[in-house]
Amino acid sequence: MSATPSGIEVPVVATRDAASDPGAPGVYPFTRGIFADGYRGRPWTIRQYSGFGSAEASNQRYRFLLEQGQTGLSVALDLPTQCGYDPDDPMARPEVGKVGVSLFSLSEMETLFEGIDLGAISTSFTINGTAAIIYAMYLAAADKQGVPRAKLTGTIQNDILKEYVARGTWIFPVRPSMRLIADSVLYANEVTPRFNAISIAGAHVRDAGCTAVEEMAYTLANGLAYVDELIRRGGDVARFARRLSFFFYVHMDLFEEACKFRAGRRLWAKLLRERYGVTDEKALHFRFGVVCGGSSLVAAQPYNNVVRVAIENLAAVLGGAQSIFTCAYDEAFQIPTEFSAELALRTQQIVQHESGVAATVDPLGGSYYVEWLTDRMEEGMRAVMGEIDAYGGVVKAIEDGWLQRRIAVRAKEKKDATDRGERVVVGMNRYRREGEAQSFGEVFRLDPGTAARVLAKHAEVKRTRDAARATRALDALEAAAADDRENLMPLLVECCHSYATVGEMVERLKRRWGEFQEPVQL
Amino acid sequence: MSALAPGPLAGKRILVAKPGLDGHDAGAKVIALALRDAGAEVIYTGLRKSPAFIVRVALDEDVAAVGLSILSGSHQELAGEVLEGLRAAGAGDISVFVGGTIPPQDRDALLAAGVKGVFTNDTPLEQMIGELARALA
Repeated sequence: MSATPSGIEVPVVATRDAASDPGAPGVYPFTRGIFADGYRGRPWTIRQYSGFGSAEASNQRYRFLLEQGQTGLSVALDLPTQCGYDPDDPMARPEVGKVGVSLFSLSEMETLFEGIDLGAISTSFTINGTAAIIYAMYLAAADKQGVPRAKLTGTIQNDILKEYVARGTWIFPVRPSMRLIADSVLYANEVTPRFNAISIAGAHVRDAGCTAVEEMAYTLANGLAYVDELIRRGGDVARFARRLSFFFYVHMDLFEEACKFRAGRRLWAKLLRERYGVTDEKALHFRFGVVCGGSSLVAAQPYNNVVRVAIENLAAVLGGAQSIFTCAYDEAFQIPTEFSAELALRTQQIVQHESGVAATVDPLGGSYYVEWLTDRMEEGMRAVMGEIDAYGGVVKAIEDGWLQRRIAVRAKEKKDATDRGERVVVGMNRYRREGEAQSFGEVFRLDPGTAARVLAKHAEVKRTRDAARATRALDALEAAAADDRENLMPLLVECCHSYATVGEMVERLKRRWGEFQEPVQL
Repeated sequence: MSALAPGPLAGKRILVAKPGLDGHDAGAKVIALALRDAGAEVIYTGLRKSPAFIVRVALDEDVAAVGLSILSGSHQELAGEVLEGLRAAGAGDISVFVGGTIPPQDRDALLAAGVKGVFTNDTPLEQMIGELARALA
């Protein structure tokens, strides 16, 4: 092996003269981390992604995870909630409660967090197309619990640009979607100063097939597009940049992954300083969460995935992640069972408490190879960002389908390299025993009555709510959608309090904004 | 999108479709590119299509096969609806294949329902092309 998965030629031996000085941790440009004391001051947050079926079932799983020592919640939502359909919509019916929990209205959010103090935990929602609505619902749920909004901590993903490129839960065209993001981020700055109203994510383009260098470059390019939009809407970059956060995948090349974070952290700080003149230290901090696993996990010999996730977990820690999600070994083919979910949690706890890797700040700092590779990756990221700029920026690249096509071509290259055995996956294309009966351990089965129960609850909520209040709230939302000088967040919060449904809110916004027309080019 | 390249699927028209709400399209696009490389004329629907829409496109485009890409766990329902729709339209001879996150224990049920082949992300593309070529011969 002579090149990293990003195609960087690796020297046989790295030498002192090839490596630059990384400076000190906690000091610009933060190559060695944003905090002078690393994980000594604050360990990373262990944040396992879970949620399925009904709000009641997910509530049980959350309580179990919190009792087991998990320190933050991460909510998986079902596709109808993510794409803005009510559970009774014909498009939604087969997907209700499948890949996450159905949160069609505030009623479900209240059930989801029953017995869990929203003032005492931090909650992350993987939500994009309907992120502003789910954030509004979280505020309404806190109001109902009597928790002051200023106490809330957590994250909504709220990164629509990458949805057009890789994850596909877009609803509206690009420009009104950018407005909704600006509305939520600016509102969050005022109302929930400890809440991250956006988590700019490279994870999904990475899992779709692009390289580590491209993952970071696309993500930072999207980040700059949001910064521009927020400034256009009157935001103060030195202030809102403190609440921007990022999210990535960690795949298997240990050093490339660790260096990806070191290079990205440094590059983001430099870009904010170079392009916008930001000097506020906290605003320059590149804070990120990661997920270990995804498409690096395979169904063949699935227990091997436990080992992969442990290595990826180490890479994330060596790169200085603020929060980590370790996938369960069976994530490649099903929703994790309670057993596999607990094993993934224990993996992190072993790395955190037994491996000693978090005892000193940036233990890789100063390694000839690591500093050399960090420099090469930063150069590569700048080059990819330059190509996007030359094309006309990310928004244009996405509207035209240019970026989507680049990723599809990369995905095909990766698949071909795997099929040819050039990219080795142990147990799948190397060391696979012929005729081997695949063992999958325990099988997760979603309660088959879930959809029916969600549908019954949906009908009941619509029957028992104050219909006049819901209609008034929805009318006000639709009217305000026409003028982007108005912030939609207070109107969305009122819609949630009135038990208007996600589908109803989205329908009203579609009337004003239309829907995204996907450019399909291969 | 059309291709005249010679190959094991030369002259075959194939629809690659994303039914339901699942937005993970890397797999569907990789398959579309691979089918085209194998000589097929490929039509890709884009995301979030209803089974009824997919059936209509399959008929309008007079395809020999439909490949459904599903990673949300709703494969049983969605593939079932497409199969039923094709049969109801008198087009039960159009072969349906399914790819995506399909737990091994669900494979037999899909085949029993009339699906001609089930592929996951570790199926080599060459093997998939071979199976299609045999099924469509």
